[in-house]
Amino acid sequence: INRDTFDIQISVSDPEKVGDGMNAYMVYKVMTKTSLSIFSRDEVCVKRRFSDFLGLHSKLASKYMHMGYIVPPAPEKSIVGMTKVKVGKEDLSSVEFVEKRRSALERYLLRTVKHPALLKDPDVLQFLESSELPRAVSTQALSGAGILRMVNKAADAVNKMTIKMNESDAWFEEKQQQFENLDVQLRKLHASVESLVCHRKELSVNTASFAKSAAMLGNSEDHTALSRALSQLAEVEEKIDQLHQDQSYADFYLISELLGDYVRLITAVKGVFDQRMKAWAKWQDAQVMLQRKREAEAKLQYASKPDKLQQATDEIREWEGKVQQGERDFEQISKNIRREVGRFEKDRVKDFRVVIIKYLESLVHTQQQLIKYWEAFLPEAKAIA
Amino acid sequence: MMQEGLDDGPDFLSEEDRGPRAVNVDLQTDATLQVDISDALSERDKVKFTVHTKSTLPNFKQNEFSVVRQHEEFIWLHDSFVENEEYAGYIIPPAPPRPDFDASREKLQKLGEGEGSMTKEEFTKMKQELEAEYLAIFKKTVAMHEVFLCRVAAHPVLRKDLNFHVFLEYNQDLSVRGKNKKERLEDFFKNVVKSADGVLVAGVKDVDDFFEHEKTFLLEYHNRVKEASAKSDRKIRSHKNAADDINRIASTLYTLGTQDSTDLCKFFLKVSELFEKTRKIEARVAADEDLKLADLLKYYLRESQAAKDLLYRRGRALVDYENANKALDKARAKNKDVLQAETTQQVCCQKFEKISESAKQELIDFKTRRVAAFRKNLVELAELELKHAKGNLQLLQSCLGVLKGDT
Repeated sequence: INRDTFDIQISVSDPEKVGDGMNAYMVYKVMTKTSLSIFSRDEVCVKRRFSDFLGLHSKLASKYMHMGYIVPPAPEKSIVGMTKVKVGKEDLSSVEFVEKRRSALERYLLRTVKHPALLKDPDVLQFLESSELPRAVSTQALSGAGILRMVNKAADAVNKMTIKMNESDAWFEEKQQQFENLDVQLRKLHASVESLVCHRKELSVNTASFAKSAAMLGNSEDHTALSRALSQLAEVEEKIDQLHQDQSYADFYLISELLGDYVRLITAVKGVFDQRMKAWAKWQDAQVMLQRKREAEAKLQYASKPDKLQQATDEIREWEGKVQQGERDFEQISKNIRREVGRFEKDRVKDFRVVIIKYLESLVHTQQQLIKYWEAFLPEAKAIA
Repeated sequence: MMQEGLDDGPDFLSEEDRGPRAVNVDLQTDATLQVDISDALSERDKVKFTVHTKSTLPNFKQNEFSVVRQHEEFIWLHDSFVENEEYAGYIIPPAPPRPDFDASREKLQKLGEGEGSMTKEEFTKMKQELEAEYLAIFKKTVAMHEVFLCRVAAHPVLRKDLNFHVFLEYNQDLSVRGKNKKERLEDFFKNVVKSADGVLVAGVKDVDDFFEHEKTFLLEYHNRVKEASAKSDRKIRSHKNAADDINRIASTLYTLGTQDSTDLCKFFLKVSELFEKTRKIEARVAADEDLKLADLLKYYLRESQAAKDLLYRRGRALVDYENANKALDKARAKNKDVLQAETTQQVCCQKFEKISESAKQELIDFKTRRVAAFRKNLVELAELELKHAKGNLQLLQSCLGVLKGDT
């Protein structure tokens, strides 16, 4: 048995509220089932809270982003959502919020371990296996906003570059433009799908309301057969209301959340491109500095200050080293990004294919049910005499 | 046939176009008098209906003729029936609602203003849809005006009405202006008095079981229909909103398909195409539900009100009759103005009995019509829902087949 083939299952489940009032928090069970040898056990269960996930992401981002690795972003913080849960509102919206978060955390972990480098990272292993985890402090910095700030700093560095990067490699320019376009369209699509989710929920509510009124109408109708048919119509509409609700969940959990994930992922992709430009800028700056040091040394040749001359020569050697390192780093991050983008695109194709097919299958099911319901009703309508 | 200066949208409602358009009411077409609206023109703020009559009756100068009428003239005709004491014992066919294109016009205007913020394809698409919506509302108002005329033409007594004949035949403007403020206020107070009276009359238990039952039934039925009508409208609106979302999703998927550098491009294009088609079906479902269910309920809301009005008039006549009886007893007791009191009592008695007799038949016919209309529309609704669901299913399954085969 090849114990190192990709074989790992992660589930996030059993949300549990710990504590009371504004200090309360949710704890989730993270279960890992795997045959991979890097894990100490085949099956391990740990308890983690939301800030633990943020902490993990922050560590991974600071370790790998500057090397050009696309680190999957953690789910968003939500003050409104969490406050409702803390305050103890047991209503439908808090239940939905917790379920939405649980699902997002699960997807986050799955994406993280799908990354071959991240899977082997000790912080990831500790997160999945260790029963006690040091509490991630100052989650402000670890929040989505914090990471965004880090990403923006790189973007700022890019914008402040005095010399525009001479892109010798058309691949990068092309890819950046493609991701830019993809970003715009995915956001648009996400907004439309969110609107659909909303309207489908509305449709479900209004269908239920209509069903009740049809039942009432049937009750007051004094022609027996018609009265019966109207009651049947009410029943059909009630069933259809449930269908709409189920479909709306599918709209949301399959499509809307996927799109949301990818909008955030593309931000991470754009981030690594910016990191590459930052690396390039660093390399360029080193070259400029080296040039200055050489000019300084040349001047000192005529000043007969042997100590300063020696210092200048040493500095030249130092900056020559930095220039070489800068070039190496730039080439390395370029290589990494090419590989990362290739992997990312392959995953994207698979993700969208799988999800869209699942979604279409849910639509098929809805139509099949509709046919069933109306086929049962038709003879009732015809029976009105 | 329809000239509105708008594109005739997709073959949307054309099946219903052919043949008698009176989808809501089961009417016998009688060769002696056939009325229909053969054409309609939508101008800025009014609609001009071409009322076409075919008749073998000697009352008319020709056997076939047409006139142009506007909404106010239909209302004038309806009101003249209501105000005619002779017709107190009949269910007066409810007046058609005023043509209301305000919402649709507003949307078209907003679209024009927002033209700069969307792509050419999006704009064209939305424009086509709004035009189709406008056309649908237009066809509906024509149908509702036509149903009113057909009901009158089918009624054994109302069809003989002189005003009705003038309406059909007089080829000039009837010069019926809409009611002015004073007249509308008068109407308002009349209605207030009527409802107060209505409560009074409703409180008096009727000796006649048939009418007592009808009263109880109609009061409750009317309210329930009102509720169901409002709820069905809201449901259909949500359905339309969802279909609009799917439209936008299809457009964005198309753009994604043209831009994507991976194999997903074909995928997105195929799914976009699918959603374009299913969205059209969803919009059709909403439109059919509107026609077969919402319009049906709205119509019976108006008809049940007209039936209630009939009961009210009978109740009023009953009260008058009872008061006349009391007055007669008083007169006899005092032996003063007895002859006059006797005459008044006779008149009230005859009026009451005449109304009761025709009202009974009217209410029985109402039930027959109602049951037939509901049956027809519920059957057609179910058949259409099935047709559309099967259409959707076929599209979805064939697309899935292609997409799965592609991997």
